[in-house]
Order: sequence, then structure tokens, then C-alpha cells
Amino acid sequence: MPSLDVAARPFDPAVPAPESIVSVRGIGKFYDAMEALRGIDLDFPRGRLTTLLGPSGCGKTTLLKIIAGLIAPSAGEVRVNGRAVTRPGPERAFVFQDFALLPWADVLRNVAFGLELRGMGKSERQAVAGKYIEEVGLSGFESRYPHELSGGMKQRVGLARALAVNADVLLFDEPFSAVDEQNRRKFQEDLLRLVAIERKTFIFVTHSIEEAVYISDRIVLLSPRPGRLSQVIEPRIDRAGQPETIRRDPLYLDTVEEIWQGLKRYVD
Amino acid sequence: MTLFGYRVPMMASLLFWALAWEAVGRSGAVFILPPFSSVLARIPELVATPSWQTATLTTLRAFAAGMALAVGIGVPVGVLMGRVGAADRLLGMWVNLFASAPLSALVPVLMILFGLGETTVIVTVFLFAVWIIVLDTRAGVLHVPPSLIDMARLYGASPLALYGKVIFWAALPELLAGLRLGLIRGVKGVVVGQLLVAIIGYGELFELYSRSFDMARFWALTILLFGAALVFSGLIGILEKQIGYYAGARS
Repeated sequence: MPSLDVAARPFDPAVPAPESIVSVRGIGKFYDAMEALRGIDLDFPRGRLTTLLGPSGCGKTTLLKIIAGLIAPSAGEVRVNGRAVTRPGPERAFVFQDFALLPWADVLRNVAFGLELRGMGKSERQAVAGKYIEEVGLSGFESRYPHELSGGMKQRVGLARALAVNADVLLFDEPFSAVDEQNRRKFQEDLLRLVAIERKTFIFVTHSIEEAVYISDRIVLLSPRPGRLSQVIEPRIDRAGQPETIRRDPLYLDTVEEIWQGLKRYVD
Repeated sequence: MTLFGYRVPMMASLLFWALAWEAVGRSGAVFILPPFSSVLARIPELVATPSWQTATLTTLRAFAAGMALAVGIGVPVGVLMGRVGAADRLLGMWVNLFASAPLSALVPVLMILFGLGETTVIVTVFLFAVWIIVLDTRAGVLHVPPSLIDMARLYGASPLALYGKVIFWAALPELLAGLRLGLIRGVKGVVVGQLLVAIIGYGELFELYSRSFDMARFWALTILLFGAALVFSGLIGILEKQIGYYAGARS
């Protein structure tokens, strides 16, 4: 039985925070008269997984799409690697809530599609795609079509496609919301392993508190109407142990409860 | 279909109506309806005549030219309407109006504009076929999931790649449905056009046979024409099935 002693957690506050790779300054967004986001200032540290969490209507997906360069903000600026974002760029990749796979293309072509759009040669991009198909655990499914796959497998294809373009920042828009519960848990566990080995920056949008606490180094809480920064929480949960250990960790449970208490008042 | 507990084969209704036609034809009650068997017997005879062969060539040429125009203009206009809201608002009402208008009434006007020749027939085919192609292409483009377009932009698609690699393929099921309906309307258009112009192609033959009460030849030509329309639509149907496997995946 692993120790449940929270105080014994190896955490040193003296370790300096890593430099920020994505910085968000004064971002605001209006849809006509509706204010979706107001005055968001945020820094996303390199190599960490940061989650944007909040109830529906808090603009978390809007913020993610502004960072992606898909939506132009009404005010403020996003910088990635010091450069201002005006459109999508090769240093950012995106994983979609509804997977956004090409139904007429097999797994191999879907995973290689980002590279195909960049003009990489066929054999080269298929070799790269094959490597990431293996990494997400879909070996043997290369020539299957999306409609032959389960929701969880489809999202693994979406993940492999995002990894294959070798971006610095991976953006996830509620990637597990269309995936069933068992697959979601397995996927979350795999994601933690991936964060550890891929050395990339992950920005994750979810409305699941448990999911956010389970996977995140940092949780950014947004409050709704208009979306504003409410709180930043760094769970500092030791992820070296088994998934069951993390899910039973008192720190994990306390953090979930703390966030729930903070968000409760926005639920009607 | 089952009748009195027996399974009736698919072609039974066709057979039933052929027999009914034969019976009515043999009774001699309706003089414009000769027995079905003698109509069928006329078909190979008709196909062998040089006048049918020339008429068929003329008809196919006008049909192909009109359809090429309808696809070449209809698909881009449909894509434009599906992608650009302003274009949709500007053209939407007109396209819907023409799609349901009785276009045969316009053919006399076309004859004044384009003369009593092949051009009028081509324009008629175009006018019959183009609207449904525009509407279905538009519907297909509007149904492309927004996330697929976001995905293409995110991974750096050029406008050409966005249309050529994503939007076209995602809209293909509706586009093909529009093409199939357009082809059927085009067949209608080529016949209506030729009949009204009356001096070329099948219109000339129809005119000739009906005026000389050669009803067996008249019906033989009609059956050939129906057959051709069915074959065209069947070919596109096969194409639709080929890509149908992913239609369910685009909810």
C-alpha cells in the first residue's frame, strides 16, 4: 500500500518555474454584443500540462481557439515562443472534441494528414505517421477507416495526427467528452505517460474536475459570463505511482473538492 | 412485397404492367397503344435506322454539352453559396425559384434568343439540370463539419488544399445526389427542348412518328429514352454507393 502521507510528497517550492512558452495578455472576446472573455492574462509554462477548467459559458474553448489562431480576439494578444499569433502555425497542433477525422481516409492517411498539408513526401510522412500510430497504441489499424473505430480509438488517431507534426504546443479541446468512460480513463493514463516522454507543452480544455486534477500540472479556473480568470491551482500530485494510487491520493481528492466548492456557485 | 402470403418477385409489377399493356393493345380499344410485343419488336429495327442513329448522336451531343455546362457552372456556384453568406443571400431566392419553376414555358423564349437549333437544346438541358446541382452542392458544402475545416486550417492547408482535399470530398455524397437528379432533369430537358424546336434529334423523330400515327415506333423510342435515363441515374447510383460507406460517419 503506498503512503498516504501528503506532507511526504517530494515537492520543492524553491525550484524555479519554467519559462513560459505561450503568453496571453489582456485577451477579450465579443460575439456581437455578447462578451465571451474579459481581460485574460495567463502564462503557460513550457513542458507542462495546463488545464482550462470552468462551467459551460466560461469561454474556455474560445480561449483555446484564440491561442490556436482559429478565432481572432477582440482585444489583447497571444504570443507563442515570443511571436504574436494571428493565424494557425506549425508550432501549434490541435486535438478536436469531435475528432475531426477525414471519413474517406484510412488511419494512416489521417495521422499523416498534417504532414501531407505541409508537403512532406508520401513515404517519409507515412514513416512518421507509423511511428506515432504505434505510440498511441493503434498498430495494426493503419488501413482501417474512422467509421470502423470506437470513439476512443478515433481520438487516438486525432492525438497521433497532432503528435506527428511535431509541434511545441498541443491544444486539446475537450478531447474525451465524446469517448466512453472506460476509454476515457485509459486515455487519461496514456496521456500522462505521453506528457512525461514527449516534452511538449499541453493546453487542455475540460469541464470535468476529476479529469483536470488527474492530468494537470496547473489548473486555470475560469468563471462564466463573461469568461474571466478566477483562480490558478497547481495540484502537485505525485504522478510516479499507479493510476489507482493517484485517484485515491488525499491531495487529489482534496483538490477536486476545493475546485468544486469554488465552481459550485456558478451552477444553476 | 408479399401478396396473399406469397412473396412477389421484384420484377413482377413490371411484368404485370407489360401484360396489361399487351392485353389493351391486342384488344384494339386504344389506337395509340399498339401491343407491347410489337413495340418491343420495333426497337432493334429502330436502332438500325440511320435516322435514329443521327438523332441519337445529335441528342447525346446536346445532352453532354448541356450537362457539362450545368456541372461546370452549378458546382462552383453551389460551393460559393455554401461558403459565402453574401452570395447565398444574393442567389438563394433565384436558385430556389428556378429549381421549382415550370421551365418548359421558357423554351419558346430561348428559341427566340438562341434560334431554332442545337444551342437552344443545350441551353434547355442546362436550365433543367443546373438548379438542383447548385442546391445539392450548396447543401453538401454547408454540411461539411466545421471542425474538419478548422482542422485543415490548423494543419496549414492552403485554400486549394482546403477545397481539394477536404471540402470537395466531404460534400461529395450530396454533390453526387445533385448530379443524379440533374442528369434525370437533363434528359427531360433534352427531350422538351428538341420537341419544342421540333426539327432536330429525337424531337424530329417524335414529331414524325406521332404525325404519321406510327405509334409502335413512337413508343419504342420512348422506351429507349426511359432506359437511357435509368441507366444514367443507375451509374451515378453505383458511384454513390461506392462512397456511401462514410455517409453515416458524417452525422
